[in-house]
Amino acid sequence: MKYAKLIISFVLTVVIFFVLNTKLGAIPPIGKFLNPYSGIWQNETTETTSGDISIPGLKDKVTVHYDDQLIPHVFAQNESDLYKTQGYLTAKHRLWQLEFQTFAASGRLSEIIGEKALDYDRTERRRGMGYGADQAIAYMEKHDKETLAYIQDYADGVNAYISQLKPEDYPVEYKLLDYKPEAWTPKKTALLLMYMTKMLAGYDDDLEYTNTLRLLGKDNFDLLFPDFFDITDPVIPKETDWSFIDIPQTASPGSEAVLDTIAETISKPHPDNGSNNWAVSGAKSVTGNPILANDPHLGLNLPSIWFVMQLSTPNHNAFGATIPGALGVISGFNQNIAWGETNATRDVIDWYKIEFNEDRTKYKYDGKWEDVSIRVEDINIRGKENYKDTVLYTHHGPVVYDKNFKSDKELAGYAMKWIGHEGGNNQKTFIELNKAKNYDEYVQALQYWNAPAQNFVFASTEGDIAIWIQGKFPNKWEGQGKFLMDGSNPENDWQSFIPQKFNAHTKNPERGFVSSANQHPVDESYPYYVFNDGYETYRNRVINDYFNSKDKFSVADFKNLHNNNYNLKAAEIVPYMLEHMDTSLLDEEEMSIYNEIKAWKFNNDIDEVGPSIFRQWYGKLYNLVWDEFVSEEVALSSPFTYQTIYLLKNHGEHKFMDIVKTEDKVETAQDLFLIAFRSAVSKLIEIREEKGDYKWANYKATYAGHLLQALPAFSRFDIPIGGDRNIVNATSENHGPSWRMIVEMTSPPTAIGIYPGGQSGNPGSKYYDNLINDWAEGKYLQLNFLQSNQATDAIISTLTLTPKN
Amino acid sequence: MKNNIFNFFATIIIAFLLSFVLPWWSVMTAALATSLFIPLKKAAVFFVPFLAILVFWATYSFILSSGNDYTLAKRIAVLLPLGGNPYILMLVTGCIGGLASGIAAVFGKQFALVAKKR
Repeated sequence: MKYAKLIISFVLTVVIFFVLNTKLGAIPPIGKFLNPYSGIWQNETTETTSGDISIPGLKDKVTVHYDDQLIPHVFAQNESDLYKTQGYLTAKHRLWQLEFQTFAASGRLSEIIGEKALDYDRTERRRGMGYGADQAIAYMEKHDKETLAYIQDYADGVNAYISQLKPEDYPVEYKLLDYKPEAWTPKKTALLLMYMTKMLAGYDDDLEYTNTLRLLGKDNFDLLFPDFFDITDPVIPKETDWSFIDIPQTASPGSEAVLDTIAETISKPHPDNGSNNWAVSGAKSVTGNPILANDPHLGLNLPSIWFVMQLSTPNHNAFGATIPGALGVISGFNQNIAWGETNATRDVIDWYKIEFNEDRTKYKYDGKWEDVSIRVEDINIRGKENYKDTVLYTHHGPVVYDKNFKSDKELAGYAMKWIGHEGGNNQKTFIELNKAKNYDEYVQALQYWNAPAQNFVFASTEGDIAIWIQGKFPNKWEGQGKFLMDGSNPENDWQSFIPQKFNAHTKNPERGFVSSANQHPVDESYPYYVFNDGYETYRNRVINDYFNSKDKFSVADFKNLHNNNYNLKAAEIVPYMLEHMDTSLLDEEEMSIYNEIKAWKFNNDIDEVGPSIFRQWYGKLYNLVWDEFVSEEVALSSPFTYQTIYLLKNHGEHKFMDIVKTEDKVETAQDLFLIAFRSAVSKLIEIREEKGDYKWANYKATYAGHLLQALPAFSRFDIPIGGDRNIVNATSENHGPSWRMIVEMTSPPTAIGIYPGGQSGNPGSKYYDNLINDWAEGKYLQLNFLQSNQATDAIISTLTLTPKN
Repeated sequence: MKNNIFNFFATIIIAFLLSFVLPWWSVMTAALATSLFIPLKKAAVFFVPFLAILVFWATYSFILSSGNDYTLAKRIAVLLPLGGNPYILMLVTGCIGGLASGIAAVFGKQFALVAKKR
């Protein structure tokens, strides 16, 4: 009996130890997780920002002043120390995010969260994310050891922080998922830059368009997806003279698209990833100083994508938003210039059909068989055996789709040609921009930038304003890459690149301002082929109309424009729908909602109901119009909003308006307005019953979600902010202005900025999400641009980093 | 009764000291040790170390959390889910440590009994 009790109690002891020490499904190892000495209670703290820390490899002393928003102001004696410090501080405040983003970039999430991430990981690897990062490192090793050395400095800084951590110091997400940080490497910076490239230049619809062309024919395709809409308000003003361009567009070889049936395509980045930026010249500014603004629209996440820093050496002094993993300031200013980016949205992904020999070791090209090269992707899966995925590479790029992935073709596949695989020196652009003193040095810095193509806005204390659309762009023949191409025909390869000096740009244009909002870069007069890759058509017009509306602008005007909720899209279709819809059949409830939207002045403010009615109505209408595009057998993308509205107003009788399901009836646009309206009303009533009302703030319920699938505990919900996609204040449910900055080019510049998050990545810190309320209200932080190492009143504490002997 | 009080405080002190060198399961080790050297009877075998560690962990987490406005505790109490109440989270923390310790102590007691008999 005694022995039985002994054995039972022993087994119980072992079991309780095991249960509390092991991650079981989504439940963290609860003993490790909750104990007060190494569990989450150790993260219940706001970060220390003072003291002395010795860092190995530092050349000189570095001073870091913190202000009351936890913004570090770094004063280093040389660039090597500066980037080491940037790495150290980024790790100190954002370690988990810093590492997690590169795991996501390289397709390594299965290592952390197990088999459910395998499909994601395979997709990222087949997209060639790791391959592209390898190319970038190889390029720098060959051509730019200096930049690579700074990237190594950054890595050393991150590792200096990681190496002094004890398990109790790990960020709370490591404890939740039960793993630990690994060493940072230069390749991780390259991966982060690939991640940005994917996010901003990883969108394409070539394969969907191929299906559409096959199913609907060329005439319909051209009507639904025109290269230019009937209106264009491009980034580079229409009247620009292009006569200096003396290298022509590649002549069309007249080759045909390959009209395969493609069932399924890989996931795409968020279509709303975009941004606004603009600058006015001194002549157009109330104070006589140029003013510049930027607001990148990205997913609203916590920890925020941005980390604000001041980074200075005796030779330069930069301030602005950094991205964990990349060196220098990305969107910001220094003593002489200010800069910011919006996405240029150019078609830099093309697809080629590949024909293999019988054992898939060779592929057909130019009438010969060329060798396939192989990259084996070894994916570690938590709690399971590794998964090995063999990806075949051609001279085009990785064969993403083949018999092992989303395709059943035994001896064929689709290879991806992507500018992201070219290797390049994007990091150098930021390092140089941070130091640039004038227009020429800004242009000099941009030349290294390959991808993702960006509209780089510029203003200087000397009084210049400019915008360059910078990226490495293939000089395509007319129509090249719109559809799947035959990969064996050399004429279908990218023949050359547009020389960098011929990239579209404008300096000090006559109209006194420059702006971009992801719209068409140029109009038809630009001598190179630019395909409409989903260009914005609303924000750009609101912004340009605003700057054409009066002579002089102030910082206050800039703030108003950032927070402008005018819904031009609604203004262009709602009056037409109201006028043409047959209202005689509406019941009382429907009529009252009809009157609500009729009274709406097209502002997406938080207390309005009009935006919610419009969202429902237009959403239902859009789905009815494009019901032809709903298919389980083939991948399709339905047409853009602008063209949809154009067709509704100008081709109301077109056969696309007909609802496919109703075989005995032929619907027109007018019928669809009513059907969509009635189904919108019933949905709105449902929402009213559930939420009390359908005011825009409640309807939209904007949230900033934690990077782990918006884990509610670490996210912020129901943020009261107006706007929507296609509105200058581009805040939709979980997407919007991720950093708002306005810089006036006084000497030195004066700047304000804010982002929906906080400087700390620790959910236990008061700085984790403290900026969200002010951001939602349209307020800004005054950015304290320190001119010397001397702490000012704004500084609350100082951290000193010293070389370790 | 004297042994109960003695064991209670000894468990806390040993657990505290061991926490500097061992991970979270130092509380199990502490309870095991006290059960061997400060023998208890019946239900007290489990409940005294259970309460000792409950008080220790709950108090310790309270001290850490109260200095920071319970910012993280409130969030973790949503994660687990405990209705966002940080005090319940402290209680749960204490119970987890207490449970592990109590079971370890029962094992220690059984071991002591068998060893003594020999």
